[in-house]
Amino acid sequence: MADETIDTPQPDAPAAAGGSTPKISPTPLPRKPKQDRPPEQDPGIWRMNRRNLLSVAGWMGFLGFIVVSTVGALRYMFPRVLFEPPTKFKAGFPQDYVVGEVSEKFKDEKRVWIVREKDGFYALIAICTHLGCTPRWLPGDNKFKCPCHGSGFYKTGVNFEGPAPRPLERAMISLADDGQLEIDRSIKFLYEKNEWGRPGSFLPFTG
Amino acid sequence: MALMEKFRKTEFYKSIFRHSYQDTQRNRALQIVDNVFLHLHPVRVPRHATNIGFTWGMGGITFLLFLVLTITGVILMFYYRPTAQYAYEDMKYLMNDVPFGPLMRNMHRWAAHAMVLTVMLHMFRVFLTGSYKPPRQFNWVVGVILLVLTLLLSFSGYLLPWDQLAIWAVTVGTNMARATPLLGHEGPFGPELGMRINNDVRFVLLGGTEVGPPTLLRFYVGHCIFLPLIAVIFMAVHFWRVRKDGGISGPESKKNF
Repeated sequence: MADETIDTPQPDAPAAAGGSTPKISPTPLPRKPKQDRPPEQDPGIWRMNRRNLLSVAGWMGFLGFIVVSTVGALRYMFPRVLFEPPTKFKAGFPQDYVVGEVSEKFKDEKRVWIVREKDGFYALIAICTHLGCTPRWLPGDNKFKCPCHGSGFYKTGVNFEGPAPRPLERAMISLADDGQLEIDRSIKFLYEKNEWGRPGSFLPFTG
Repeated sequence: MALMEKFRKTEFYKSIFRHSYQDTQRNRALQIVDNVFLHLHPVRVPRHATNIGFTWGMGGITFLLFLVLTITGVILMFYYRPTAQYAYEDMKYLMNDVPFGPLMRNMHRWAAHAMVLTVMLHMFRVFLTGSYKPPRQFNWVVGVILLVLTLLLSFSGYLLPWDQLAIWAVTVGTNMARATPLLGHEGPFGPELGMRINNDVRFVLLGGTEVGPPTLLRFYVGHCIFLPLIAVIFMAVHFWRVRKDGGISGPESKKNF
């Protein structure tokens, strides 16, 4: 009720007892009604006075800013360019590999073993399927053995002891145009998904 | 002594320390309340709070270790560069050639180990004494978050020496993130949601698809800035709530000291 009385123009108070202050305007200007509430006859669902509108707009702007900057900060954490070794590499000529041997030539640099059998090649990724350590090839025992938790794999890559839940993964292996072996670590073949028969998982070669 | 008395009456002294040592209830309370470092602590301590047998003092010891870790950590940062080229060498340099370097690093290392232990013992004590019960439920939750932050700090610090142990421990640790539901590329519903090795939660942690130089930098920033900052905020809430939820917990019979 108190603020309504402000809207209605008050009749001028009688001059103060001193009476010395001159009157500026004998009749006060008609005051416009304030627009801090919606007109009574407004039927809309967005019955909103000016103060609410500005408040909502302000908070929406603030919220939008927070959301957009959060999304930006999250995207910032995903780098576009990685400074990691290329996944595709050439591994020399097939004739350089001895039949029946596991080559550790590219293990340190590329984490790949290249195995030559009588009828061809396959490439095993040297990452233990348990928790990602690098197993070792033990020629005496004819098996791969992980030093972290003792997982063991046959020469084919199939697990047979320790905690590893699945066989080692095979990488894509093919012959490049120049006759060298070419290996792509980013294309993998998983035994448990029956992918070891697919072209690329095994390179037939009897040269 | 007379000189000291004179000094206490100077404007310089009085502008810093507002209250004297006069041993009155009011004055003693004011000394705590008006000191930014002491004001988190209650003005009065119930008699049972000094009973080590009940609280073990584990929360306080944990906080003390956090302070030790903060100070020694800052000191270590003066010599340590978080790049693959220098990190291991700087660690060796600290251990072999920097005066008191081994002391600082070992204090940091042992305090870190001890803090994990004391946090767990603190939690164990709170559980045994039933101090997680109303009205302290919320503070238990804050405590659980602080436990996780402590473990994350411990884990991220583990990588920084950048030796074989560190790299493989973190390789193993972050490989578990592959199996995160929804957010990991080998976890349940991860691949269906488009998670690949180069866009899942593990990728964010590592800053790449394998543990490498970006991982070292991420773990360094997380270890030195991000995680301690979050931990300090939660610690402030934790201490505050201890007081707001009825003060330090004590034996049932002595609740009303």
